Amino acid sequence: MFSYANPKRFMELSGHILPWLAALTAILFIAGLYLSFAAPPDYQQGDTVRIMFVHVPAAWVAMMAYGFMALASLVGLVNRHPLADVAARQAAPLGALFTALALITGSLWGRPMWGTYWQWDGRLTSFLLLLFLYLGYIALWNAIENDVRAAKAAAILALVGVVNLPIIEFSVQWWTTLHQGESIIRKDGPSISAVFLWPLFVMATAYTVLFFTLLIVRMRTDILDRRARAAVLGANA
Amino acid sequence: MSAFAALLARDIRLATRAGGSAMLALAFFAAVAALVPFGIGSEPKLLARVAAGVIWIAAVLANLLALDRLFQADYEDGSLDLLALSPLSFEGVAVAKVASHWLTTGLPLTVLSPLLALLLHLPIAAYGALLVSLLIGTPAISAIGGVAAALTLSIRRGGLLLPLLVLPLLTPVVIFGAGAILAKLDGIENGAIWLLAAFSAAAVLLSPFVAAVALRLNLSE
Repeated sequence: MFSYANPKRFMELSGHILPWLAALTAILFIAGLYLSFAAPPDYQQGDTVRIMFVHVPAAWVAMMAYGFMALASLVGLVNRHPLADVAARQAAPLGALFTALALITGSLWGRPMWGTYWQWDGRLTSFLLLLFLYLGYIALWNAIENDVRAAKAAAILALVGVVNLPIIEFSVQWWTTLHQGESIIRKDGPSISAVFLWPLFVMATAYTVLFFTLLIVRMRTDILDRRARAAVLGANA
Repeated sequence: MSAFAALLARDIRLATRAGGSAMLALAFFAAVAALVPFGIGSEPKLLARVAAGVIWIAAVLANLLALDRLFQADYEDGSLDLLALSPLSFEGVAVAKVASHWLTTGLPLTVLSPLLALLLHLPIAAYGALLVSLLIGTPAISAIGGVAAALTLSIRRGGLLLPLLVLPLLTPVVIFGAGAILAKLDGIENGAIWLLAAFSAAAVLLSPFVAAVALRLNLSE
């Protein structure tokens, strides 16, 4: 696996993959959005149930992005792989974006469902805290001038965050529980109907592929930016 | 005197003498708590209900004040390089620093808290819960704050960044700390104090190792 992690090989390989990945993202979104609108309105929630198809995948990807960032941070810290540092750094703004998207769509869903844009319930609150964790991580990266040091410091913060996230989640759940319980992953199988499950599944895949497409674009930009800076420094010397 | 005791004694002396952070943090703690009635009104019932949360939040904020200089001052004047050469490990340095921070901030805050509770009309019955929760919870603030302080020691305006790193991580402390006092007020048993103790114990035990990794990376070039 690490033979592909060489920045030069990464640039070659990702350059070939990127157009296909972008096309796949577009197809999945077209299919997912079509299915979302083709699904019948919910008997209780009416058409507002469709917000779920853009809200729940955003929340999933927001959490997955933190996990990915922490994993990349661990590889960067232990194996000292520069590409892992780049991956972790570039995953953070995307994770923050998906977290913000989940919060915004959630609040728009909350207005018709709970009658309020904001409710201090367990999941909303832990996502707000997740957003702050992302912002802190990004701020730490930007504040330390030396890139190698910044990568290590941010990696430690990401790992501290990933250990703390379940505890924060638990404490917030303990603090209040108004949100409905888990309805997808349960022992007795999904509790939502298959007509809603399919669009949700396709949209979740679309969001995930979108995340990795954008991640690769950002990683390529980061690497090119480093090369450009190194070239300028070389020319000035 | 062992290296650990010497470092602890030196940091306590630095924090408590003129220009040190201990008195300032205490004054800040009192000022924040005293400002709240001006913002939300002086109705005793309302104040009694929010007193626990206000005191806990003021305690967290006051703890942040002295944190940014915890390692930074020693980093800037080269003391940290000397500490690196001393027989004391980085883990030991981190424990001494966090302990001195708690002894000069968390502990005095806890002792002062009943006075603020009096101003905020907290019922006397909850004073015990207030003292115990602060006594148990403030070491976690110092420990987690110590990690963030070690991570940001090379940043010139690290004091501005530090709260953003630390506050989300301290949510459980505030929830369980204030929750323990509210449980006492409501006469229920919700286990908040035990959860707070568990969180605090884990934070205090693990943080020195993480802080030591952060110190090492900031001194390696």
